[in-house]
Amino acid sequence: MSEPSFGNPEVVEIETDILIVGGGMAACGAAYEAKRWAGDDVKITLVDKAAMDRSGAVAQGLSAINTYIGENQVEDYVRMVHADLMGITRDDLVFDVGRHVDDSVHLFEEWGLPVWKTLDDGTRVDGASWQKKGGKMLKDGGKPVRSGRWQIMINGESYKVIVAEAAKKALGMDNIYERVFIIKYLLDANEPNRIAGAIGFSNREHKLYIFKANAILNVCGGAVNIFRPRTTGEGMGRVWYPVWNAGSTYAMAAEVGAELTMMENRFVPTRFKDGYGPVGAWFLLFKSKATNGFGEDYVVKNADMLKDFSPYDEAAVVPTCLRNHAMLKEMKEGRGPIYMDTPTALANLAETLTPKEVKHLEAEAWEDFLDMCIGQATVWAGLNIRPEKDKSELMPTEPYLLGSHSGCSGIWASGPEDLNGTPDHYHWGYNRMTTVKGLFTAGDGVGASGHKFSSGSHAEGRIAGKSMVRFVRDHKDFTPTFSQTIEELEEEIYRPVRNYLEHKDKTTAEDINPFYITPRNFQLRIQKTMDEYVAGVATYYQTNKILLEEGLKYLGMLKEDAKNMRAKDLHELLRAWENYHRMWAAEAHLRHILFREETRYPGFFYRADFPELDEENWHCFVNSRHNPETGEWELKKVQWVPLVDHSTGFKAGQGGPGETSKPANV
Amino acid sequence: MPTFVHTEKCDGCKGGEVTVCMYICPNDLMKLDVEGEFTGHAMKAFNQEPDQCWECLCCAKHCPQQAIELRPFQDWVPMGGKAIPLRTDQAIMWTIQFRDGEVKRFKFPARTTPVGSIDPYGNKPEPGDLDSPMLFTESEVPNVNPSA
Repeated sequence: MSEPSFGNPEVVEIETDILIVGGGMAACGAAYEAKRWAGDDVKITLVDKAAMDRSGAVAQGLSAINTYIGENQVEDYVRMVHADLMGITRDDLVFDVGRHVDDSVHLFEEWGLPVWKTLDDGTRVDGASWQKKGGKMLKDGGKPVRSGRWQIMINGESYKVIVAEAAKKALGMDNIYERVFIIKYLLDANEPNRIAGAIGFSNREHKLYIFKANAILNVCGGAVNIFRPRTTGEGMGRVWYPVWNAGSTYAMAAEVGAELTMMENRFVPTRFKDGYGPVGAWFLLFKSKATNGFGEDYVVKNADMLKDFSPYDEAAVVPTCLRNHAMLKEMKEGRGPIYMDTPTALANLAETLTPKEVKHLEAEAWEDFLDMCIGQATVWAGLNIRPEKDKSELMPTEPYLLGSHSGCSGIWASGPEDLNGTPDHYHWGYNRMTTVKGLFTAGDGVGASGHKFSSGSHAEGRIAGKSMVRFVRDHKDFTPTFSQTIEELEEEIYRPVRNYLEHKDKTTAEDINPFYITPRNFQLRIQKTMDEYVAGVATYYQTNKILLEEGLKYLGMLKEDAKNMRAKDLHELLRAWENYHRMWAAEAHLRHILFREETRYPGFFYRADFPELDEENWHCFVNSRHNPETGEWELKKVQWVPLVDHSTGFKAGQGGPGETSKPANV
Repeated sequence: MPTFVHTEKCDGCKGGEVTVCMYICPNDLMKLDVEGEFTGHAMKAFNQEPDQCWECLCCAKHCPQQAIELRPFQDWVPMGGKAIPLRTDQAIMWTIQFRDGEVKRFKFPARTTPVGSIDPYGNKPEPGDLDSPMLFTESEVPNVNPSA
């Protein structure tokens, strides 16, 4: 199976000023913006483990853009994000995304993304029809179709293909390396805490890549499948967030000593059962209700229970975790299943519609799945579920780590320098730079600032892209120097291959071999540990100090075994290093949960030994740093400072146009 | 689950080193079986790790032979359901087939401009002040108003 040359790769060395690691929305935004400022003087290189047309979280498409400010005030967006994430967010970072995000959305539309429109007579039309009916582009005052206060509907099957085309043309394909997976960043040999490069390998050719760079943008998405998923067997790849998001962003930053923040946060989306289909349009656009098995609205029914988490229960949009909290009570007490009542919603809408409009409504409902979650459409088709006739089950999923959706795990990043009221500890010179000099991040990488979604991640990539050009201008005389030799780097990257070649013939079945562990089994060990000890679905998202300490012990043994992973081909080498990254992300998550002695996000997870929200002691960020010299982790509290008055976000009736009490996460 | 490849339709992208599905799969799942050593079908593509398939159908949408289809993950979904895409540059047509045989068809827009037509910096402003908080397309940005 392995070719003789497999163990002896060609080494490719590339020098660049700016290296963008990742190919998703943030990476595309960064490429587009940075190239414009850089001109031909600054070399920009992008490396993506997949193909940019279909990489990242938007690979499949999307049916909505979840952050478009439009007629709203940016300050209200900051309030919404703050409340949904239970009060601990960086106002500076969120405001910065909010003030730039619409510009990215306008570019998308100009490039060819179909955006639904509301015409002057109030009718709504799809993104390819309004041109013929007197509609306007968003930038010219065209009215989007709002599915919620912040969301707009699109025909988004080709969303990523369109955004990638602009980024690829901006950079030029000569500066883009697809199918190259970066596994580690390298610090400079001379200057402490200074980024100098990155190493990785091609999963198409026997080539090892070594990049030397002045500045690096670390944008590889969130962490998926670090918990045992609810799907089983053949379905294990059909999870909510993209299965290829391996936590690389967090792992590679932590390994070189970048400070992480809010890694205790997670997202547990409630989605259509088994296919993970989106619920946002059903709640917001079709005005559907979710109930327990006996038809009771569980958020209304359990409103008193949510008061324990005041004032967040009074937010204009009830926080996502609190809605889960109310749902889990019904599930635990045996009043499942949880249903989305699609027949009633569609019947209510149909009352005022013509048969033609009803047919269009049905198409819109299916498009919501087909644009972004085809698997759910096939689950419905296979189960003979028709939304106009049959209710559908909902289920809270396994946990995910991310910083761009309704979650705020990530890296501690410097904010903009110009915002009024920014405290010193929010800002250290270059926007979106981490605590490692020259290492930047955006999208899922920036912690404590969720609800960017696709558009906000693109905008944040642009912010970081410009900032990196500025950094490079100010650090022209830097010469990256590695302390490791190329031979040492090669040895490390290809160790799983050498493990395989050395031991494979010692047993008659190559998968059952006491000398190495397969990447697949390595991943299953992470998932079982996290599920059972770190508040996965197995324990209804509950854990405590003792469970966490047990889990940490097992993750420690896993870390020891990481050097014994095998790779029988380049595909398995990719999996080996992805799972190495998952292990790091998992450890960071566990350590943060262990440190935060309260229950901040009920419905996402519970510290059963500290079951209450503790605003007095824990209304603060938790930051961690892995010391690359000693291997020790240090955790600390970091002061939260508001830039806007958040009290108005908690008064009933303060919501703006389109505001509802339904979840903000689509 | 996973996508699968119809033996009769796949032509291995006519002997190129990398098939379209290999190129496009975001999770590196599709593989060309050059010698037929993995599948018994030389020069045809296959899904090498079906339980890591996100079911995004990027492979099926881009396959020039329409040789790729999704079979829902069999450890849960009953047999017979289908969702088959037919994607052009401007739109996507879906055929949904239920287990009980009913077929529905939908067509949705995908793009309003010709593929390849984006001029990234055409008609865009020149970059201004690198030290300002503005992106190059912006002429003004708000500051935070604590009392807003």
